[in-house]
Amino acid sequence: MAATPKPRVKVPKSAKAGEVIVLKTLISHEMESGQRKDKEGKTIPRKIINKFSCEFNGQPVFSCDIDPAISANPYFEFSAKVPESGTFKFTWVDDDGSIYTDEQKIDVN
Amino acid sequence: MERLKLLTGTAVCVVLTGLAIATAMADPVDDTLEIDGVPMITKAPAPEGHPFKEVLSGWLFREAETRATEAESFANPGMFAVERGAEIWGTVEGSMGKSCASCHNDAAESMKGVGASYPKWDAKSKKPLNVELQIDKCRVENMGAEPYKFDDADQIALTTYIKHQSLGTPVKVDLSQGDMQTWWDKGKEVYYTRTGQLNFACASCHEGAMGKYIRADHLSQGQVNGFPTYRFNTAGMVSLHNRFRGCIRDTRAEMPKAFSDELMALEVYVTWRGTGLSVETPSVRQ
Repeated sequence: MAATPKPRVKVPKSAKAGEVIVLKTLISHEMESGQRKDKEGKTIPRKIINKFSCEFNGQPVFSCDIDPAISANPYFEFSAKVPESGTFKFTWVDDDGSIYTDEQKIDVN
Repeated sequence: MERLKLLTGTAVCVVLTGLAIATAMADPVDDTLEIDGVPMITKAPAPEGHPFKEVLSGWLFREAETRATEAESFANPGMFAVERGAEIWGTVEGSMGKSCASCHNDAAESMKGVGASYPKWDAKSKKPLNVELQIDKCRVENMGAEPYKFDDADQIALTTYIKHQSLGTPVKVDLSQGDMQTWWDKGKEVYYTRTGQLNFACASCHEGAMGKYIRADHLSQGQVNGFPTYRFNTAGMVSLHNRFRGCIRDTRAEMPKAFSDELMALEVYVTWRGTGLSVETPSVRQ
């Protein structure tokens, strides 16, 4: 699983105005805690996703800081109320500075 | 994998389910598995000569959260291995300039149901082949590529991808091919032979104590229909022969090599023990 992290998100394609929808996200990531040692006894450097956030049309919906105790392939499930059509933007920040993003549109009628 | 449930209603629901499981204790749960709405066979009448009346998928022995993770392919981290396998399927490797897809085209059609009938008899080597060995045979003979090292991440991913094409198909090994019956007999002997300092046979836990607890672990029938499987304890994919070796290590015995005659015989026999269960690859376990 050391390949490039691949984000996946699941957002309903459409919703009614004011409806509470469930958003699911998953990213492939090894979440190396920095507390393990390799066969030679050397510490394996920490490499985790340390921040995750979700915005809707630029407005924050959900965000959290993540620490080394979170296991590989972190999964977040949360809900949001959607007042209008727009775009959810999801952002994962890696320890090495890499940023992974995904966007999903939703139609509100 | 961490789940954050911010919707209070959902969180309460999860806690209640958890309590119900804790009080129900040892027996397998009475539940039905649908993966993305497609029903899976998790209980099947046992084939003739089987010690049990009914064969049960390991899914029935797991916690509610673990079962739910397998029921939705989006949440199943094993699907990352399937995606990686799909990439390998189309990647050219070896001196003959071919990929899997060069001969087998679309795996969704050419590999549909195939994984459910392995191990299969190989007339040339006069041995049964599992999916991993069949891949290696193809790589060497038809692609001019190196065989995979045991448990190479790509070996697991490609095996997972191929077996996933049989999702839902009932397991059925054909024992009438070649000397499969002899290997089945040998596998049965391995299954019932006590080994290691703890003096356990496979049957000690998975037949004699099925449904009971061994420390914190709920013992299932030890079915192999979901392999390669995603395990939370390693946060990664586990191949069948890795699991065999892990079990044997836990009895404090010497571990046979992966794909050795001993473990291939065991795979033939144990796969037969799960006849009729749906292929669940990639299943999700604790």
